[in-house]
Amino acid sequence: MILIQARTEPSSLMKVASPLLAIALTLIFGCVLFSAIGKSPIQALHVLLIAPLADSYNIGEMFVKMGPLLLCAVGLSLCYRANLWNIGAEGQLLAGALGGSAMALYFGDSDSILALPITLLAGIASGMIWAAIPTYLKLRFNSNLILTTIMFNYIGLYLLIWAVHGPLRDPQGFGFPESAMFSDTTLLPTLFESSRIHLGIVFAIISAFIAWFILSKSHLGFQIRVFGSDEPAAKYAGFSSRKLSWMVMLFAGALAGLAGVSETTGPIGQLVPNVSPGYGYSAIIVAYLGRLNPLGAILAAVFMAVLYMGGDLAQIEMGIPVAVVSMFQGVLLFFLLACDFFINNRLAFSNKATN
Amino acid sequence: MKKHNLVSRLELTNITKQYPGCLANDNISLTLMPGEIHALLGENGAGKSTLVKTIYGVVAPDKGDIIWNGKEVSIKSPSIARDLGIGMVFQHFSLFETLTVSQNIELCLSKTQLNEIGDLAERITHLSAEYGLNVKPSRYVHSLSIGERQRVEIMRCLVQSVKLLILDEPTSVLTPQEVSGLFGVLRTLSNEGCSILFISHKLHEVTEICHKATILRGGKVVDTCIPQRETPASIAKMMVGDLAEQDAGYTKKEGTVGVFNVEDLSLAAKQPFGTTLKNLNFELKSGEILGIAGVAGNGQDELMAIISGEDERSVKNSLSLDGSDISDLNAGERRKLGMAYVPEERLGRGAVPDMSLTENTLLTHSQGFIRNGLVDWQSIKGYTSELITKYKVKCHGEFSEAKSLSGGNLQKFIMGREIGQNPKVLICAHPTWGVDVGAALAIHQALLELRDKGAAILLISEDIDELFLLADRMAAVCDGYLSPVVKTETTNIDQIGQWMAGTFIKNTSASDKQEATA
Amino acid sequence: MDSDLIVQILFAAVKTGTPLLFIALGEVICEKSGVLNLGQEGMMLMGAVVGFLAAYGTGSAGLGVLAAMIMGCIMSLIFAVLVLHLGANQVATGLALTIFGTGLSAFIGSGVVGQTIQGFQPIAIPLLSDIPFLGRILFSHDILVYTSFAMTFILMFVIYKTRIGLTLTAVGENPHAANAIGIKVLRVRYLAVMFGGVMAGISGAYMSLVYTPMWVENMTAGRGWIALALVVFASWRIGRIMLGAYLFGIASIMHLVLQGLGWSISPNLLAMLPYVATVIVMVIISADKFKEKLLAPRSLGKTFDPRQMA
Repeated sequence: MILIQARTEPSSLMKVASPLLAIALTLIFGCVLFSAIGKSPIQALHVLLIAPLADSYNIGEMFVKMGPLLLCAVGLSLCYRANLWNIGAEGQLLAGALGGSAMALYFGDSDSILALPITLLAGIASGMIWAAIPTYLKLRFNSNLILTTIMFNYIGLYLLIWAVHGPLRDPQGFGFPESAMFSDTTLLPTLFESSRIHLGIVFAIISAFIAWFILSKSHLGFQIRVFGSDEPAAKYAGFSSRKLSWMVMLFAGALAGLAGVSETTGPIGQLVPNVSPGYGYSAIIVAYLGRLNPLGAILAAVFMAVLYMGGDLAQIEMGIPVAVVSMFQGVLLFFLLACDFFINNRLAFSNKATN
Repeated sequence: MKKHNLVSRLELTNITKQYPGCLANDNISLTLMPGEIHALLGENGAGKSTLVKTIYGVVAPDKGDIIWNGKEVSIKSPSIARDLGIGMVFQHFSLFETLTVSQNIELCLSKTQLNEIGDLAERITHLSAEYGLNVKPSRYVHSLSIGERQRVEIMRCLVQSVKLLILDEPTSVLTPQEVSGLFGVLRTLSNEGCSILFISHKLHEVTEICHKATILRGGKVVDTCIPQRETPASIAKMMVGDLAEQDAGYTKKEGTVGVFNVEDLSLAAKQPFGTTLKNLNFELKSGEILGIAGVAGNGQDELMAIISGEDERSVKNSLSLDGSDISDLNAGERRKLGMAYVPEERLGRGAVPDMSLTENTLLTHSQGFIRNGLVDWQSIKGYTSELITKYKVKCHGEFSEAKSLSGGNLQKFIMGREIGQNPKVLICAHPTWGVDVGAALAIHQALLELRDKGAAILLISEDIDELFLLADRMAAVCDGYLSPVVKTETTNIDQIGQWMAGTFIKNTSASDKQEATA
Repeated sequence: MDSDLIVQILFAAVKTGTPLLFIALGEVICEKSGVLNLGQEGMMLMGAVVGFLAAYGTGSAGLGVLAAMIMGCIMSLIFAVLVLHLGANQVATGLALTIFGTGLSAFIGSGVVGQTIQGFQPIAIPLLSDIPFLGRILFSHDILVYTSFAMTFILMFVIYKTRIGLTLTAVGENPHAANAIGIKVLRVRYLAVMFGGVMAGISGAYMSLVYTPMWVENMTAGRGWIALALVVFASWRIGRIMLGAYLFGIASIMHLVLQGLGWSISPNLLAMLPYVATVIVMVIISADKFKEKLLAPRSLGKTFDPRQMA
């Protein structure tokens, strides 16, 4: 007979193994699904996971997608560690894209050396503002952070759409809802001649290390962890929940804003309505898959970026709708949460039948 | 006790229950006759609660038989227990505050029982008069005092004509006067043939009311006795074994200078069903322990929260430390001025359950361990293992998670951590609640040692005996009012008991009026 | 603004508010049992796509609704198993359900994007629909709108007048006490979560079979989230949910009102209105912390493990 027993100490092996197990289970689920709709599971998995890493161009594209995912996920990891349910990375990313683009267009053909840094700062500031409003509403009026950040995702999206239909539309763009292309001075430099990999990925990796350092080495990071793990204890110890909330939320907003402006000044080069294929939402999965550890998020972001690439390729090569990516993300999180059950519980095999 | 017949009401044989890492009940056998009041005694963790929950069908035993009125039964759920005629009054009441008394009682009854009863409210009123319980069916539970809530729980059992009533530490939440009322009800029930299983650790109560006692230690039955033939001391010996030292009488001290002052402190309740603090005044002197007695929920939590700064509302000029107002400082700033706290909730407030003891040391003790905003983990680790050794905290090491420690050991750790900061003022709530005798002794001695070093200690406790043992001066809270503060030698349990029930309040408001007219 | 326009606006408000009413009624039952299911948006989308596919395949809108209800229930079961049996975090699991539902609905609906079907037709209720003003606003709708009226009143009765409602409230307030007196807490919560799933399914079907009788990716546009705000707005009371649903309905068709007043504002800015309105309402409602604590189910969002009773 198989019994479920509570462990006396949480399993540190399962803490690490759980994400890997979840990925494996998701792939098995994928195979079953593809067989069910009459596609070859082997081919589908090859397209989804192997093909994106098959040549240097694809690897480059993988890094391009990884940048914004990681930037958002690092911020979210910190938020979730502090038990602040910020679901608003998508809106903060869009706000960053919008604010940064407005600045880039303002600079126009200016050859000022400050054009790019100021554009990036504008994007960061816009993301911070978009995170600041729900934070303020939560602290001042006790409103639910999950719902307000979600609402600000929608508001941000419509604001961006409005902007590309209105004030930021390219006058020479034949009425398409797009801005003009940015000039070279406001574009992020690429790292290698032949690929689109740009400075964004460097920002992302640096931010992951900074966040990791704060969390594990500093007193501030300790306070964040206490606050998230046990709020009454944080209050008892005298940590200021107000200060911590502001710092964490603004940090997350800044990173998401940077992700947004890096997209428009990087691979896209202009402001378009579909800046983000849901990076802000996927980053939630990345943060979880990385165990809410900023360094773990780096690995998780690689996996997620591969999945994004794979989704595009699967649509082109096999006619599988690209929505399969977000479905897989949901399944992955389900499996991860289920596997986490075994961090604190285990299966026990007993020989005796019920008595 | 009248013996109605020779068939036992309840017989347990070899009840065994294993939890991960703990054998809660080990081959327990016990017999209960009709009308018998039977005490179940033992320290915390002896297995009393698990055993009664087994009888009530909340916990399924791994092994053993239950024989009810001569027939073997299997009690798989509380509703089966109730159908048999078993009722239980829980230590932490199982009442729903947002529902009325009669809705609470209705939830415990089956459809057929409800049909038999007909008008439930009328039945409640009738029984209430019969047993002198004074329970009104239409009142909301959140508006009731703790004592009234307990009577609702008893009423719940009475409406279903209970044959066995189980009470889990029923007196720990009552004033001494309420306790004698409860005992009256229990005696009436016993005379009517209802058996009563009574869990307690207050020995004088057991010798007063119980016919028989079973003593548990470490999940095993270690002894049975007839309490009337024993003394509290001899029963205590059976409970803890011979090795344990006993708390002796300690010398009382007089405080020197006032360090901490509460002046005209009034504060509206922050939580729904919370208590409003009403014009509190007291002074805490260094080198003394000031004890505050009171039944839970009479403003103790609110007082603790406003003093510690966890309640961030401003109470200008009501709190002062060394003569300067601290009411605008946050909890962290107050700590820096030399205040420390031992909260009632150990796990989840006093310590973070999922963090190691090292991290839990840093929780409140950061002085000297932070350099340029970075944590010196190496030194904290060393300091933590010193604390563990000094206060004899049983654990695997400084890396152990707080939640893996037993209540008593965690409390010793928290106590050590707070005392280790050499506080000027220590606010300490229910320090030995749910702690075994050995740990309680260590905690008491640590508090006295701190007092003798000159600290001012505010001790909030529901345990009157503990207050009389430790406090140099005493007062009681009731409904957010504070009684006069008196020297412990000049008062007695009866007076403090009356104050806990609020007899002083009338006088206070009357004298307020006199002042107003004067 | 003439009275005819007002009637038109209020008629549209009821129609727009109906999917919100369905889903919020489901969620309030779920929350009353102490479970916060943030997967509403995902369950609703799945209801919409499956309802549409079933109606498209069989030609029967009724079967479409039935299929949507079953789908909503299946989705909620995934959530229930993770949250109730495996003790997973309710917020994270709810988010996973929404992400999963968004993806899966787009995946299985990709073949029928742009197809149209014959949805439910309006049925004017004899006599009632002749009442001046109110008749056109309330009693000239389709069968699902009437179902939502009936559902509201049935739930008001069940929650406030029956033992079932009492048990649900008890479980939501204090699951440990409920367990101690023998209420099967997990069973009650399973049923409540599943009821929420069924209602989300109907709500989705209303979108794809009545409101805009077709399937488009993400067609619910955040209504699942707005419903969660609506439950807070209504302070977990059934009657106020109905009122709130229609008020949110008015906010979503504000562009009609403004056009009626002769204002011209970019449709993209007007599209923000329901979301902005939601934020404003939440700020106003939640500002009174004391009241919210009093009214919210006390165990909302907290994991209950019966094994911890020891």
